[in-house]
Amino acid sequence: MVIALASTVVFFAVVSVAITHAPGWPQVRSEFFNWHEFRSTFPEIAHAFRLNIKIFSIAEVFILVFALFLAVLRSLPGPVFFPLRALAIVYADLFRGIPTILVIAMLGFGAPALGLSYVPKSVIFWGIVSLVLIYSAYVSEVYRAGIESIHPSQEAAARSLGLSRWQTLRRVILPQAVRRVIPPLLNDFIGLQKDTALVGTLGAVEAFQQSQIDANATFNFTAYLAAAVLFVAMTIPLARFTDWLILRDRRRRQGGGATL
Amino acid sequence: MSNALAIEGLSKSFGRHEVLTGIDLTVAEHEVVALIGASGSGKSTLLRCINLLEPIDAGRIILGGEEITRPPNVNAVRRRIGIVFQSYNLFPHMSVLRNVTLAPCDVLGLSRGEAEQRATSLLERFGLADKRGEYPDRLSGGQQQRVAVVRALAMQPELMLFDEVTSALDPELIAEVLEVIRELAAGGMTMILATHEMGFARDIADKVCFLDGGRILEQGPPEEIFTSPREQRTQQFLQRIIEAKRL
Repeated sequence: MVIALASTVVFFAVVSVAITHAPGWPQVRSEFFNWHEFRSTFPEIAHAFRLNIKIFSIAEVFILVFALFLAVLRSLPGPVFFPLRALAIVYADLFRGIPTILVIAMLGFGAPALGLSYVPKSVIFWGIVSLVLIYSAYVSEVYRAGIESIHPSQEAAARSLGLSRWQTLRRVILPQAVRRVIPPLLNDFIGLQKDTALVGTLGAVEAFQQSQIDANATFNFTAYLAAAVLFVAMTIPLARFTDWLILRDRRRRQGGGATL
Repeated sequence: MSNALAIEGLSKSFGRHEVLTGIDLTVAEHEVVALIGASGSGKSTLLRCINLLEPIDAGRIILGGEEITRPPNVNAVRRRIGIVFQSYNLFPHMSVLRNVTLAPCDVLGLSRGEAEQRATSLLERFGLADKRGEYPDRLSGGQQQRVAVVRALAMQPELMLFDEVTSALDPELIAEVLEVIRELAAGGMTMILATHEMGFARDIADKVCFLDGGRILEQGPPEEIFTSPREQRTQQFLQRIIEAKRL
């Protein structure tokens, strides 16, 4: 404990001395860690960050539902459902394989360009669609891992009571599977929160795009730092919330207060 | 007496390995049948075949006069047959009460209130009334297994199957579960139990079947099977049990 503390102090002391004594440090400090610039750009970027939150919130709901649908398709048994299973596999392979920024570019620039009256032209709409398509592929794999981790004896118990395959899935398998995959699910959602910045490449003024505008206007990169602070500020509460959910579930099942 | 269950020429293979061969068995109403035999003799598989958890390769299964071998609706058949497993298999994410009310609500269409009433009176009957709000992980093995029995009973089955229900229990917890089965037998429940508890089987069963290598080698009243078995394999099996001081 003492050794760990001492070595940590020494390590950071050496690193910070090395950085602050580097020949370029005064310039870096004024361009990246400029308190005055931070204060002047932060409100604007925070305002733009509301768009990130909006994109994230909408995408998240659709991803949770769509990915679950894909995972269920993939867990259907028997030869009859082979085409559906194959479709779900191809989907997951495809959308996990293409870089996110490419999907966003193709849909965001391509779909509105079709000029069809019933196709939305909003780049934000297409940005959200792209994120849903990609993240559903990842999240469906997470769900699937959860479904497969439930012991077959649970299904046998449910089916032996006369529950149908669907009732068994809905009442017995999925509730347990979802509880088990909350941590990896959160991991994917932190990725999603960050990737909302990619929608900025379509021209939507979200936090990253706004910080870029500010950086270009002032020749100072502190604006990026302001955006970074906002992203971190959003992910940390989510991580703690998930920890709390897991803890509550464990307490309720294994001990502690019966009132929980 | 009419038959609650009749099995004719049932055979079952896993791949090329034949686990059940030409099983013939009848169970009268209110009769208690014990399946005994070494591990791997096919007892559990036979029970799983009866409530259609395992598809069979040949033969017929007749439940209450109605053939259920390949029914159009397996769920409708399963709700008439209760099964209790060696490893309890309670639903860990549900309270005891919810474990018991789930199937009556979802399968029989009972209202939540009716199902809870039925569940509560069953839990009371088996001394589990104070556990209704608990989650399975917080119960002892014996309590979990009793809840599993109650969960099956809540469907008001016409036949109960017990698949080595005390094998996973600590020795001091076995009695409470056997007591539950004894009470059910006294109440006239038709039952088939696969068991290693020979003393209990001898005590409670009307008929004992000795399974060996996937066949029913010998069946008859317990006094006959346990005291004067005809087959040499049965004698050997019982001799080993006696040597292990389990009878």
